[in-house]
Amino acid sequence: MSAIVQFENVGLRYGLDSETLSDVSFSLAGGGFYFLTGASGAGKTSLLKLLYLAQRPSRGVIRLFGEDVVTLPGKRLPGFRRRIGVVFQDFRLIPHLSAYDNIALPLRVAGMEEGEIDAPVSEMLNWVGLGDRGQARPATLSGGEQQRVAIARAVIGRPEILVADEPTGNVDADMARRLMVLFEALNRLGTTIVVATHDLPLMAQVTGAQMMRLDKGRLADPTGSLRYPPRAEGKD
Amino acid sequence: MATRADRRASAAARQRLLPGGRLAGPMPWIIAIMMFLTVLAAAAGLGLGAAVGAMSADLAGRASVQVVEADAQVRDHLAARALAALRGVADVHAATAVDSVVLADQLRPWLGEDALSGDLPVPALIDVTLTPGDADIKVARLRRLLGGLSPTLRIEPHAAFLLPLAGLLSALGWLAVGVVVLMALATGAVVVLAARGAHGSHRGTIEVLHQMGATDVQIARLFQWRIGLDAALGGALGFAFAVLVIGLIGLRLSATGSDLLGAVDLDWRSWLALAVLPLAGVALATLAARWTVLRALGRAL
Repeated sequence: MSAIVQFENVGLRYGLDSETLSDVSFSLAGGGFYFLTGASGAGKTSLLKLLYLAQRPSRGVIRLFGEDVVTLPGKRLPGFRRRIGVVFQDFRLIPHLSAYDNIALPLRVAGMEEGEIDAPVSEMLNWVGLGDRGQARPATLSGGEQQRVAIARAVIGRPEILVADEPTGNVDADMARRLMVLFEALNRLGTTIVVATHDLPLMAQVTGAQMMRLDKGRLADPTGSLRYPPRAEGKD
Repeated sequence: MATRADRRASAAARQRLLPGGRLAGPMPWIIAIMMFLTVLAAAAGLGLGAAVGAMSADLAGRASVQVVEADAQVRDHLAARALAALRGVADVHAATAVDSVVLADQLRPWLGEDALSGDLPVPALIDVTLTPGDADIKVARLRRLLGGLSPTLRIEPHAAFLLPLAGLLSALGWLAVGVVVLMALATGAVVVLAARGAHGSHRGTIEVLHQMGATDVQIARLFQWRIGLDAALGGALGFAFAVLVIGLIGLRLSATGSDLLGAVDLDWRSWLALAVLPLAGVALATLAARWTVLRALGRAL
């Protein structure tokens, strides 16, 4: 399975502070399911920001979909970002838009005709169990419902990579389990999943998933940081 | 291919991305006030320009010959000789002696009934209409001709009487042009500030859109669309009020019965130029908003 993400000696420094990430090197295979774990402040969110192109590294090379994105001109970034779905820790739903409009956003950004938007958005609302809540504003949705809208928004554009930052941080255990079921379903469709979490029981729930552990900005075990072989074959 | 309904739905969806309804903020009202003042200043400039033009056209080819002689008989004799001489030269299209009764009538407000008594020596006057061409050269030639007849004959081009007034009107016209330019700059500055404010207050939405792969141009379009609409509403409002005020001022000027004030007029070309102002305002606001937002977005990744 070819690498969809490659980090080579990546370092990230904010301003004049010491490096938040140092010498991070790893590669992720397309279609894999990965957990990124580590204590608070270990650099998980910073690494994810590099992954979903919200930040450029201070040094090193990052290849996404086979291209070096560190030196990529700014004008080409939107094309890459459309191939990556992001579920933010704080959801970042647009508060004045309905759940329906929030989910439709990536399709509208991609320039899809309005007449073609309704079917996939309605399907996605049903998929996350919010078929009857399409016109609700985020403020009127529960935390779990907001979470599901955020996931639906992240996956509606059929991204090749789905990045989720602490997606279970604000939901109960039952919702967290259901969330993982959704992610696994997406993974079965071929989407590479990267989930930052420090919820070990949750990680154990996804069989065959691999794990990277960050410790003070470095991969804890650079040589064997990716545990378990990727489920290249035999996925159902 | 997108249908009209599709495009309308897309536009509605785009508008929903930035909250706030029409005329919700101060922008349209500020634009309305600025457009009102801009249109008034432009109308003043165009009206004064028209007045100067009309005055120049009216006076450029005309002159008056005065026969300043106390003796009535000599005066009449000199006036007749001057009239004959003027009618005989190519520079003069027409020369007409002003009737002494008409002249006295015109002087009555200052001299009273004595103007008609004949006791007061009133100069004889000859109205001269010059042939087309350089009036200054023609007047200089006629001055030499009349000087040869008598030193009491004086010729004065009409334009000379009103030259200071024409200069004043012209200066006021240029002042109006300057005001229009300043108002355009101020409108641009207001839009830049508004766009920066809007960009700051919608930072969260912009970040989300960016993350979904929206280009800077797509995001800038949202703001330019919103600010362009505000400018269109404000511009239309300001223009409508300005037209109303210009109409009322026009009525007042007509009521004065003054030839000079009556010349302050707006023809269809002037109205067309005024009508372009709100459109130019919308274009300016849209471009300023686009430029501001693109610059701000360019600083982000």
